[in-house]
Parts: sequence; structure tokens; C-alpha cells
Amino acid sequence: MKIMVAIKRVVDYAVKIRVKPDKTGVETQNVKMSMNPFCEIALEEALRIKESGFASEVVAVSMGPSQCVDTLRTGLAMGADRGIHVDSTATLFPLSVAKLLKALVEVEKPTLLILGKQAIDDDCNQTGQMIAGLLNWPQGTFASKVIVDKEKQVATVDREIDDGIETLSLDLPAVITTDLRLNQPRYATLPNIMKAKSKPIKKYTPQDLKVEIKSDLEIIQVTEPPKRKAGVMVSSVDELINKLKNEANVI
Amino acid sequence: VSTLVIAEHEGGTIKAPSVSAVAAAKSLSDDSSISLLLAGSGPSLHEAASHAASCHPSVSQANPLLTNKFKNPLAEPWAKLVHLVQQSGGYSHIIAASNSFGKNVIPRAAALLDVSPITDVTGISESHTFVRPIYAGNALSTVRYTGANPCVLTIRSTSFPVPQKSVDSKVDQAPISQVDLSTFDEDHDKSRYISHTSQDSERPDLGNARIVITGGRALKSAENFKMIEKLANKLGAAVGATRAAVDAGFVPNDLQVGQTGKIVAPELYMAFGVSGAIQHLAGMRDSKVIVAVNKDADAPIFQVADYGLVGDLFEVIPELLEKLPEKK
Repeated sequence: MKIMVAIKRVVDYAVKIRVKPDKTGVETQNVKMSMNPFCEIALEEALRIKESGFASEVVAVSMGPSQCVDTLRTGLAMGADRGIHVDSTATLFPLSVAKLLKALVEVEKPTLLILGKQAIDDDCNQTGQMIAGLLNWPQGTFASKVIVDKEKQVATVDREIDDGIETLSLDLPAVITTDLRLNQPRYATLPNIMKAKSKPIKKYTPQDLKVEIKSDLEIIQVTEPPKRKAGVMVSSVDELINKLKNEANVI
Repeated sequence: VSTLVIAEHEGGTIKAPSVSAVAAAKSLSDDSSISLLLAGSGPSLHEAASHAASCHPSVSQANPLLTNKFKNPLAEPWAKLVHLVQQSGGYSHIIAASNSFGKNVIPRAAALLDVSPITDVTGISESHTFVRPIYAGNALSTVRYTGANPCVLTIRSTSFPVPQKSVDSKVDQAPISQVDLSTFDEDHDKSRYISHTSQDSERPDLGNARIVITGGRALKSAENFKMIEKLANKLGAAVGATRAAVDAGFVPNDLQVGQTGKIVAPELYMAFGVSGAIQHLAGMRDSKVIVAVNKDADAPIFQVADYGLVGDLFEVIPELLEKLPEKK
């Protein structure tokens, strides 16, 4: 069985982002870029499933400009067997990503498609659900535990939901999106980083996959959120209680 | 503007986040008609349908759907149902709350409808122009939907508060009509519900509480975290936690406040031993009054706090427990 993992190149989670003065977006020039943390968890889970003998191959897919190849190399260094880069300089909203992924699923025929539950740049939390809908595959979103039963061709998924944990059983093939506590992703070792350089990355364009990139969304502007006004430091519990009672009137 | 609100119900009433979705639907346009879609089984569905029909004056129709198929909130049949109801209703907008149900179902339904959903909307400027936070709320993106109907949204419920209803308000109850399921394609279930585990608590729901008391890694253990719970009980507050506190196993995952956890905006947010990572701030920065107690005077949480106290939480919390007035 083959596992496909979608990975996104995003501004590193530790970078304090800056909104561009012309309000067209967020500064990404000369900013550290990394694999989206949820995608790292997705790839780690795929590798663990392969290492337990349930899968034979892990294919990592990334979409966007040519620098996505760097992110794919990171994935290959973690242990993915090969990469696929869908080369596009156009803005790809989740619906387009889902359509491109669907076309790739038709080529690669994976049994499991694992994605991060959301990307930490646009915070959309959409792509996994959308590709599952397009493929008419069952979905296990926000997964904190995944058990694959190869015999029965079933995945049992624990999902983190608003009021606890929900457990679902999904027929394979299925789509899984990962939450934070699913696993702790590994670091790539130096030998594996070297090895990753010779692993294949196949390039497609949206035209190759016969997907027309059109958008029904328009970003009008990106602005900074309103700043909170500076607060005060208090020196004792008594002062704090007094302020909360008589100034803020909240207790 | 005609809006379909995908609503959840529990114990015969519409859940608060879904009522927020109705409030958001109302703010799309002055002359908007709003229909609610509910599903489930048993008498509580009927009660919920009556509640739905009167939960907001602008609701013109409630569509309860009685079927065992929707006993559990699985995304697969729900997305198909939304697709089916849209085909017969031709709504201009579909809205649900951005909670774990809405996040799971709405993008899938949007894909079936071949439209881009706009998730986690915090502001509506026109019927097709919305504001949503990106980068953990460190930037706000204004997005216009230019595609065909329907415009599909999930809304952040804290941004669309529901006014307390006055007791004497007379609301004409909207008609309740059944959804025709004759064309619903009952294919083989590829997804099955197994179980749900949650910890029942007497405390108010984290998402809607007036006061939230949050503990971070500095609590050091699940045992110590009970101090936070005690303080919450005293104030009638909900308990929240940082990712670090959840990862360390002090409390279950559903108490996590942050970019990928719960988004809260209470009147009072008190953070103990919370450093203030941007991912955490994303979940609480809209709180009205923020109190931070931390040993480290340089902790970033102090930059958003209205009242900061540098001190050892193991001394401050017991003192607060002793000196705070008992919740009546």
C-alpha cells in the first residue's frame, strides 16, 4: 500500500510576521521558510505506518513555486521515498490544491492520503476535507491517533473535537488530517539529508494534470490587527483584586 | 440574500455557536431570510426545531431532518445533505460555526458544491466581503467571494455574540418543514462512528464562559493544575490550558486555548504561568480584560495583559483563593 502526504512550505512558525505596508500581504522575502508543522506530523505518521510494515511507499507532494522543492527535500530527508512538485506561481487556494491532489491520486492511487489539519499561514483548515469530498473518500480530521488494519483495510482514527475525543472507523482508501498530539516528528539526520539529494522529485504543472487554476476568491487587503492598549503592572494580589472589582468591574 | 444555517442542537435547544451563526447570517444584509438545517432523531429534535424557529427573530424557517442517518455528526452524510438541500433551496449563503463540527463538514460540502469556503470569519463587511484572521491572528485578511452561489462560510462565534433575549419579546415562530430525503443517496457507509469520550464538568463551557482561568506549563503537574480548577470554581469560570500544559498531560485536549485549539473572548481572562506564545495569544487576544501572573517579568503575555502581576503562582493562587469574594 502507498501513502501520499501533502506538505506545504510556509513562513517558519517562530518568525514574527510583518504585514507589508501596501497591505497586499505578509512579508515573505528574506524570511525563514519551513515545512508547515502539521505537515511534518502528517509525514511522520506516514513514515511510522510504513515502518510498521503496513505501507511500502511514502510519496510527498508539494505545490507552489520552485522553492517548494527545498521543502520536499526536507521531507525526503525525513524518510519519504520520492517527491512530487506541482509547479505553479499562481495563488493556490484550497479548492485548487484539492483538485490538483485529486488528479495526482488518480495517477498514484495511494491507499491513504495524509495532510496537516491546517497550514499556519492562512489557517484555512480546508484542504483535507475538500479532497476527501472530491474523491468521495471517508475522512478522519484532527487525528490524535491512527491505527491501520491492513487485513480489514480499515483505519481507526481518534479525533480531537470540541468536547473530547471521537473515534471513527474508516474504510480505506481514506483521508486523514493530523492534529498536534498525533506524534513528535523526527529530525532528519545528516546521512539521510545526503541520501535525500538523490531521491527522485517528479515535476508536474497544473496543465499536465488537466486542472484549470481559477479562483473564486479575491484577497482585497491584509492589515495588522488592532493593538491592545498597554496595561498596567500591579504589585500585589490585593491591588489586583481591587482593580478587577472597581476599575474593570469584572468580578 | 437567503441563508442556510447548518445548526447543531443538544438537549432540545440550538447550541450557542449555531445561534452565533444565525447572528452572522443576520448581519449579511437587512433583508435576509434565514433557514436552519437540523438533523437528528427523537423528541429532542422536535424541541430543538421549535427552539430554532424562535431562537432569533430573523429566522424564517427551520428544517429539522428526522433520520437516524444523522445520529452522529459524520462529515460524509452531512456534506451530502448540505449539497442536497442547497440544490433544492438555491441559497445565496451557507453558514456554520467554526467549531469542530463546522470545520469538519463545511469544507467537504463546499468541495461537493465546487465553491471555495471562507473559514473562521470574524467580520462581515458586505454580503460577499469578509474579514478573517491569518497567521495566528497576527494579520487580518479581507476576502471577497466572487464565485457562483452559494457563498459558504464558517464563522468564529466569539465575533458574533448573541444578545441576551428579553423575556417579553414576542417572536412569531417560523414554520417547520421537513427536508425531502427521497433523492438522498444512501450509499454504503465508508465511515463509522465508534465512540466519544469526554470529561463531564460542572463548569461553564470554555467557548462561552464569562470568565476563563488558564494554566500553563509552570503549573508543573496535573496535581498542581487543580489549583486552577479550584480558582475557576470559586469564580464560576471555565478552565483553559496552553498547548504545553495539554501536551504534558495536565488536562485533556479540549481545554487547549490557541491558534489550533479553542478561541475564547471572555469578559475576564486570567492566565497563570502562561508565557504567551503567539499561538496561544491567537486564542485569547479578543478577551475584554486580560490578567497575567508570571514569575518572568519579560514574558510576552504581559504585552497583551491589562493587569500584570510578576510573582510565583504557587503563592498568588492561594492568596486569590483566600481573598476573592465567593461567587454568589
